[in-house]
Amino acid sequence: MSAQGRVEGINGNLVKCRFSGAVMQNEIGYVRTEGKLLKGEVIRIKGEMAELQIFEDTKGVGRGDSVEFTGALLSAQLGPGLLGKLFDGLQNPLNRLAEEKGFFTPRGYQIPALEPSDSWDFTPKTKPGAKVLAGDLLGEVPEGQINHKIMVPFFLKGTWSVIHINPAGKYRLDQPIGELLGPEGQKHELTLSFFWPVKNAIKFYQERLAPNEPLVTQVRIVDGLFPVAKGGTYCIPGPFGAGKTVLQQITSRYAEVDVVILAACGERANEVVETIKEFPGLKDPKTGRSLMERTIIICNTSSMPVAARESSVYTAVTLGEYYRMMGLDVLLLADSTSRWAQALRERSGRLEEIPGEEAFPAYLESMIAGFYERAGRVRLRSGGLGSLTIGGTVSPAGGNFEEPVTKATLKVVGAFHALSRERSDARRFPAIDPLESWSKYQGIIPNSRRLGMSNLLKTANEIGQMMKVVGEEGTSIEDYITFLKGEFFDAAYLQQNAFDEVDAATDQDRQEEAFALSEALIKQTFIFEDKESARQYFAKLRHRYFDLNCTKRPSEAYEKGRQSILETLKKGGQDGADL
Amino acid sequence: MERIYNHILQIAGNVIMVEAEGPKFAELAEVESAHGKSLAEVIRIDGEKVYLQVFGGTAGVATNDRLQFLGHQMQVPFSGALLGRIFDGKGEPRDSGPGLKDHLIETAGPCINPATRVMPSKMIRTGIPMIDVFNSLVEAQKISIFSGSGEPHNQLLARIALQAEVDVIVLGCMGVLYDDYLFFKEELESSDAINRAVLFVHTAADPVVESLKVPDLALAVAEKFAIEGKRVLTLLTDMTNFADALKEIAIVMEQVPSNRGYPGDLYTQLAQRYEKAADFEGAGSLTLLSVTTMPAGDVTHPVPDNTGYITEGQYYLAGGRIEPFGSLSRLKQLVNKETRSDHRGLMDALIQLYAAFKEALEKRAMGFKMSPWDQKLLKYGDLFEAKLMNLEVNITLEEALDQSWAILAECFEPEETRLKTELIETYWPKAGHHGST
Ligand SMILES: Nc1ncnc2c1ncn2[C@@H]1O[C@H](COP(=O)(O)OP(=O)(O)OP(=O)(O)O)[C@@H](O)[C@H]1O
Ligand SMILES: [Mg+2]
Repeated sequence: MSAQGRVEGINGNLVKCRFSGAVMQNEIGYVRTEGKLLKGEVIRIKGEMAELQIFEDTKGVGRGDSVEFTGALLSAQLGPGLLGKLFDGLQNPLNRLAEEKGFFTPRGYQIPALEPSDSWDFTPKTKPGAKVLAGDLLGEVPEGQINHKIMVPFFLKGTWSVIHINPAGKYRLDQPIGELLGPEGQKHELTLSFFWPVKNAIKFYQERLAPNEPLVTQVRIVDGLFPVAKGGTYCIPGPFGAGKTVLQQITSRYAEVDVVILAACGERANEVVETIKEFPGLKDPKTGRSLMERTIIICNTSSMPVAARESSVYTAVTLGEYYRMMGLDVLLLADSTSRWAQALRERSGRLEEIPGEEAFPAYLESMIAGFYERAGRVRLRSGGLGSLTIGGTVSPAGGNFEEPVTKATLKVVGAFHALSRERSDARRFPAIDPLESWSKYQGIIPNSRRLGMSNLLKTANEIGQMMKVVGEEGTSIEDYITFLKGEFFDAAYLQQNAFDEVDAATDQDRQEEAFALSEALIKQTFIFEDKESARQYFAKLRHRYFDLNCTKRPSEAYEKGRQSILETLKKGGQDGADL
Repeated sequence: MERIYNHILQIAGNVIMVEAEGPKFAELAEVESAHGKSLAEVIRIDGEKVYLQVFGGTAGVATNDRLQFLGHQMQVPFSGALLGRIFDGKGEPRDSGPGLKDHLIETAGPCINPATRVMPSKMIRTGIPMIDVFNSLVEAQKISIFSGSGEPHNQLLARIALQAEVDVIVLGCMGVLYDDYLFFKEELESSDAINRAVLFVHTAADPVVESLKVPDLALAVAEKFAIEGKRVLTLLTDMTNFADALKEIAIVMEQVPSNRGYPGDLYTQLAQRYEKAADFEGAGSLTLLSVTTMPAGDVTHPVPDNTGYITEGQYYLAGGRIEPFGSLSRLKQLVNKETRSDHRGLMDALIQLYAAFKEALEKRAMGFKMSPWDQKLLKYGDLFEAKLMNLEVNITLEEALDQSWAILAECFEPEETRLKTELIETYWPKAGHHGST
């Protein structure tokens, strides 16, 4: 029997209660206030007192209010129908909630993540008598563009055998589709969905592989210089307004993956709305179907209860792991992990734990590491491959990367896309600083060529710095040209206009061609009379590259533009500034 | 249940503690001392100990003063009768009008379901090129004016409010100077806008904690008007004073500060207010324009810093002008596609050139020779500042765009502007580009 309790104290969203019976750490409990059940999670137990962080507003909670424990951990429902949905951090479907409750999210109100009456076309892929383990295939259901695998529930331990499995047909989520017999003779009735505790990683695969296959995001500076790998992790720290969210939005649209999960964690609600309104009308670059069909949004925006912020990232990563188990490439984008860390800080403060740096809890680092560790490329027991890539934004106080969340994140991720205020102020978008950022992954451009460009940018920057001290007149024309080449590569290749229909995304093939075209200019030796004519020459050429970036490919105009650039380059600046 | 207590056990800062049975979290109480009555709110319950923050301050509160729990949380009256009225931080009349006690509504109510939001899509025209061209203000946006001390932020706020076409203006003042309050009042009265305005005013002379409820009162009223179909503009000045009041309470409650004494939940506290800005489908909208003063002009100070992470942009006021760097309207792209085909391209090009101008200025300050390109930039920068940045300029968006092309043509060759060829062909002024503007 589950434990019962009575409220003894309230401090913000932290409720202390005296309980009788057995209470488990991280167990879900409900506080009954004003006829409503407020959901909470046990986060500390001391003697006969348990402390719960409440996922809802605690206004009106009083001493003596009753508390009912459930014996269950915070869990997510896994099954067909998750794609295309908008959930809050506790997996309440927000569209359904809106239908029932209107403009606002009332507290103490929970609805199932997946509608029990929804039915799906099920095809069995197993037979009576088959021996199965957690995660093994039982059948399939078409879910939008993907083949949703119905698996043996992950919580079943040991080897089970199939007693019977239903024939192909339409089944509701709440209807049985078969039955399993357990190692101790127990029986388990199967349905199309099951629950899994969100804080536990789903590891029912064969082995974890190195993340050595590039994930094409179609953002040139990322794919070209600081690539992301399937199953890898990366972070995007940057001051406010530097472009973290826009970069993630672009990535969520154009990244070449099967499933995208957006975790809007403690950020603006309107940013989520933008996605909900735009995605249904946009096309998935891979399949040509509506983008929404491959997307799940978990949102706990900044004005939603703080405690549910933490659960939102775990819910998101759990759904990601679930789809990875189907042999899919999943990309999880979390915006912003700092808000999650702040939720931990608020909680830790209320628990009066000994604070670490900037009042963040001492265990912040291990929490962040544990989250990113759930990414990975895996070989499934069926032999297929799946991956879960995690990209998180970080919002450092004052835009200063020397702070606990950025530092802890940098220790565990494989790529670092540092956004800089200087670049965003100068409208050099995406504002990823090419001098500070790095990636440990192999991308679509061979490392040696990638390095060549990085070196050019470094040298050009040094010359630029030098020029600030000695002036243009104190700089040799050779150095000046190198400087112009660096500036050129930055403007004509690295910068990309997210709001231009064509420039917003560059596919792999086009990127390879564009990279080579930039290299052609950079490798070229030029002879100019003076610096002014060099500057004008580069300005004009840059303009041509610029126009080319915004020209549809393949097209006649594109090919013409490319050829004319190549021909101009051959002349090595001999035609002076008036090309 | 006995709801009156005469034994205050602890008084520290503006927080008192009593032992009581039955109070609810966030319930209001009334403290009656020799100096009058004050509202208080339950901010923590620990067993029998109940902690309350006293809005009127604890100066003069005695241990045997009478404390009565009121059985409800913070509420505000709502009706059309609010229009034209001025209230204080407790929601009591500050003008000579009657107290309103009917139609009480909850403050700091539940958050808006993101699924019901619609994307803001209407531009609010201000006649200020730095806003209209570069960082368009959008209906239902939440945006703040970041300002150093001595800047005309309240004047800017009033100017935008009076120029905007909205149905209702709700003004919340926190810790403003009495003169500023009078200024707002006069501005609204002189233009008749007072008849569609509600004011909640807390001045620097009032007890600090009393400012804490101003945003909630203002936003509750504004939200209700919006739901009833009105287009509401909410002005909150100065949010830094609000944050300082939060800090004061946090310190008394011995919360571990996260950054320069501010509590770790500052972000959440501010966000819960700013996120009230919304466009309600089939109803009205709530636009939120606030002032955040930057202590010592430091934008990395926790209050402007957290605000920047919450709002949909900021207008950075310095030297009496809206600076293009540091200013941002994140919603501009929702509206500036439909205005005129050159709007977006121009906006980017003008700013990039202005950034180059700033570099040229630096070079000049270092005593370097100005190249022909630098000369062009210097000319451009001066024109830009005089004809677009100057806050005196009051022209329509279209006039400002035409003005921009004229400035470009006066200073540059078309290719030097980074503008797309297509735009140059359509808009570049034809009559001799070294001509007049
Ligand atoms: N790639 C881009 N192309 C063009 N404009 C951009 C780009 N990235 C960002 N911007 C501009 O910068 C603004 C701010 O970007 P964004 O909202 O992504 O910042 P952010 O880093 O997420 O800020 P915050 O931390 O406050 O959420 C955008 O509204 C847009 O105007
Ligand atoms: Mg963002």
